[in-house]
Amino acid sequence: MDITIHTSSLPHDDPDASLAFYRDVLGFEVRSDVGQGRMRWITVGPAGRPDTSILLAPPAADPGVTDDERRTITEMMAKGTYGWILLATPDLDATFEKVQAGDTEVVQEPTEQPYGIRDCAFRDPAGNLVRIQELR
Amino acid sequence: MCQPEWRRARVQAQRLADLARLRRVRDRIDRHYAQPLNVEALAREVNMSAGHLSRQFRAAYGETLYAYLMTRRIERATALLRRGDLSVTEVCFAVGCGSLGTFTTRFTELVGMPPGALRRQAADAVAGPADAGGAARAAGCASTVEGMPACVAKHVTRPVRIREAVVAGQRLA
Repeated sequence: MDITIHTSSLPHDDPDASLAFYRDVLGFEVRSDVGQGRMRWITVGPAGRPDTSILLAPPAADPGVTDDERRTITEMMAKGTYGWILLATPDLDATFEKVQAGDTEVVQEPTEQPYGIRDCAFRDPAGNLVRIQELR
Repeated sequence: MCQPEWRRARVQAQRLADLARLRRVRDRIDRHYAQPLNVEALAREVNMSAGHLSRQFRAAYGETLYAYLMTRRIERATALLRRGDLSVTEVCFAVGCGSLGTFTTRFTELVGMPPGALRRQAADAVAGPADAGGAARAAGCASTVEGMPACVAKHVTRPVRIREAVVAGQRLA
């Protein structure tokens, strides 16, 4: 079998704010943008690496999600315990400086972790935790 | 006619804004755990009274603001102690604790052994192959999270304060 990880999704609560973060701050390219208002599905990914994408999607858009469940999901997003993703870069310090300059909420400066990696962390505009790890 | 609907929407929007403020306070603790943070200063930054912030934080995250801060400090302390190049006193101050007594008490409470014991155990695990596995496991050393994504490793190696979380974990295991 030959399977790749093609697309993973993160929820947004303000599509324009999320788009601005992934496109302008992280420098991702926009691969598709469909829907309107809050119901927008935006596919982004790192330039030059078309094999892997992140889909920025409205949370709980499935009609099978109940109102209570939808409320729980939006509350978890707001308090920062819902979505997360792990990215990687060869130059963590330069990336950190660039993202920090983008007026992003910083959760952790570049730090050497006891389990053998070095990483930093931010919040995206929807409250998802974006952890960035150094490739070495 | 639609007013109850509007009211509900307004209340929910306010609730989400409040939760986002609590998230910023929590992230701020994660980022600046080693600074002498206090509840009053954190509350001032998000325009809340200290009492209100503490109650709201506890309602949202299940532990008090102060408990969360101490847990972050002790999490970092266990990492520094395992490195082995700092003394317990140095680690205590490095993570922002002003009192060695309070640090030792809270550390023992959370980790299950005093900071000095953890430091010795981590050193033994590195030094001798005899029972290294056991000591390493007890010290929760890096090998137990090898291959895990960093986000997960960070959570797995965190000391757990909330009693319910420990009980749930045991039931699963």
